Amino acid sequence: MLYLESIRLARFRSYSALSLSTQSGPIAIFGSNGTGKTNLLEAVSLFSPGRGMRRASAAEMTQHRAEGWSVSGLLYGSDRPRDIAMRSRDGAARSLRIDEKPATQLDLGRLSRVLWLVPSMDRLWIEGAEGRRRFLDRMTLSFHPAHGESVLGYEKAMRERNRLLRDGQRDSGWYQALEAQMAKAGAQITANRAAALTKLISAQNFSETQFPTARLTLTHPDIPLPVTEADLRHALADARPKDMAAGRSRIGPHRVDLYGHYQAKDCPAYDCSTGEQKALLISLILANGRALVADTGSPPILLLDEVAAHLDPDRRAALFDEICALGSQAWMTGTEQSLFDALGSRGQYLRVDQQSITHVRA
Amino acid sequence: MSATSDIEQLIEIMSRLPGLGPRSARRAVLHLIRKRSQLLHPLSETMATVAATARECLNCGNISTQDLCEICTSNVRQTGQICVVEDVSDLWAMERTGMFKGRYHVLGGTLSALDSVGPEELGLVRLEGRIPAEDVKEVILALNATVDGMTTAHYIADLLEARVRVTTLAQGVPVGGELDYLDDGTIGAALAARRPV
Ligand SMILES: Nc1ncnc2c1ncn2[C@@H]1O[C@H](COP(=O)(O)OP(=O)(O)O)[C@@H](O)[C@H]1O
Ligand SMILES: [Mg+2]
Ligand SMILES: [Zn+2]
Repeated sequence: MLYLESIRLARFRSYSALSLSTQSGPIAIFGSNGTGKTNLLEAVSLFSPGRGMRRASAAEMTQHRAEGWSVSGLLYGSDRPRDIAMRSRDGAARSLRIDEKPATQLDLGRLSRVLWLVPSMDRLWIEGAEGRRRFLDRMTLSFHPAHGESVLGYEKAMRERNRLLRDGQRDSGWYQALEAQMAKAGAQITANRAAALTKLISAQNFSETQFPTARLTLTHPDIPLPVTEADLRHALADARPKDMAAGRSRIGPHRVDLYGHYQAKDCPAYDCSTGEQKALLISLILANGRALVADTGSPPILLLDEVAAHLDPDRRAALFDEICALGSQAWMTGTEQSLFDALGSRGQYLRVDQQSITHVRA
Repeated sequence: MSATSDIEQLIEIMSRLPGLGPRSARRAVLHLIRKRSQLLHPLSETMATVAATARECLNCGNISTQDLCEICTSNVRQTGQICVVEDVSDLWAMERTGMFKGRYHVLGGTLSALDSVGPEELGLVRLEGRIPAEDVKEVILALNATVDGMTTAHYIADLLEARVRVTTLAQGVPVGGELDYLDDGTIGAALAARRPV
């Protein structure tokens, strides 16, 4: 069972120093606005590859630029506990040590899986494709720890190609070399996403959740996305003249969108009510969690910021039941303790005041 | 300028060297001053010489004190093989293993439009010219497995394939890893097990 047994923060956002012990299972965090609830969840989100749930730079996470910040914790996983220590100095990207040895983001991704829902995602279904793609990739990353490397490699090669297109570069060998990298990483991205989606869909359908089932499809503008490495490479080569006119790459996994459809109401997610849209997202996160249990034997750590918002008391109670059934260490925030009444004695309760966090009774 | 500030300045300059910080720079300077005749004088003289003579080998891009480096002037190094590396530090890493007997081409970077590094900046025309001139039969690409490194390898292979055998170091150079950080055995094994691009 994956969970953080303790976490320590130094000069991280609003916390000058904090040390906290936690257990597995749900954690209800409550306190007034601006007391540091989201900051704490952000710190936990760093226990997975990437920039964390605010997608902030390491420099933004502290006011002590030179000295920097540190976040560390003891992570219990399938085998032995691991000491994870992250720090950033002088605004540099965070460095990572696992059991005191330098480690990569990929190493972290193999050990730890963290998924989150934050208030800005309440608009995920109605805003641009980028947010949905990021959501899809985070779910995919939870099944395929190397997915992040593929995405970074693909985007790097694509930025280079876009630059050539904008410069009006004619050296076809240069395009070919970049398109070969894009095709290789791109085919891997597509395969990872498809495999993840298959797992998500079956984890939805086989469960009797109170949260709605979504029909999920991946779409690509204008033409079907070339799936294999060779097809993508040829499509990119053929697209060069039009891409040059557009000044960017118009074909590839970076244009993919996640379409969600509320099955029971036969309604596209973007036309559903705010509460229904949120329920759809929660449904996907829970399906992801169940699929990970099947895949890795352990549920992910969940971060559900302001989770009570837009959920009526019945749905809230159903969510707590689902989380308990899943067995996740679920860090949930809200302004009032009473929002978590339905959780009862199944959870741990943390009251957040400026700079300090105290365990309180249910 | 007072004597103290000259020394302070020396410490400050030394601390900008890779691998040194302010603390180690202070220790090094103190050590140099204490070993004036054994270390400080020879060091300053050698540095002055190197500062006056160090330049890029016109043929391969290696660092040399002549127009052509020792590898390019030595006939026994004309084996019909050229190993392409990103940086002089990679060349040195290859030389340390003693396993490669041919010559080099130092790119001085990797292909990147975003960093304004194109084929010209990498001296690829010069590399093409060397194939007939030095009777080259095989070009071995020893580039990092980064996106830029792999793009560059692909580009060079495409450019030269019709005229010469192009191979690449076998697995062993990790993603983002640099030759300089690999032990000699790993480099040697990767060289022995090189494969066509
Ligand atoms: N880099 C930072 N350094 C210090 N304080 C910060 C930093 N970033 C945000 N804060 C402070 O953190 C507080 C917000 O905390 P947050 O966790 O978002 O509150 P909430 O409890 O409402 O979720 C704000 O008062 C903000 O000023
Ligand atoms: Mg908040
Ligand atoms: Zn030379």
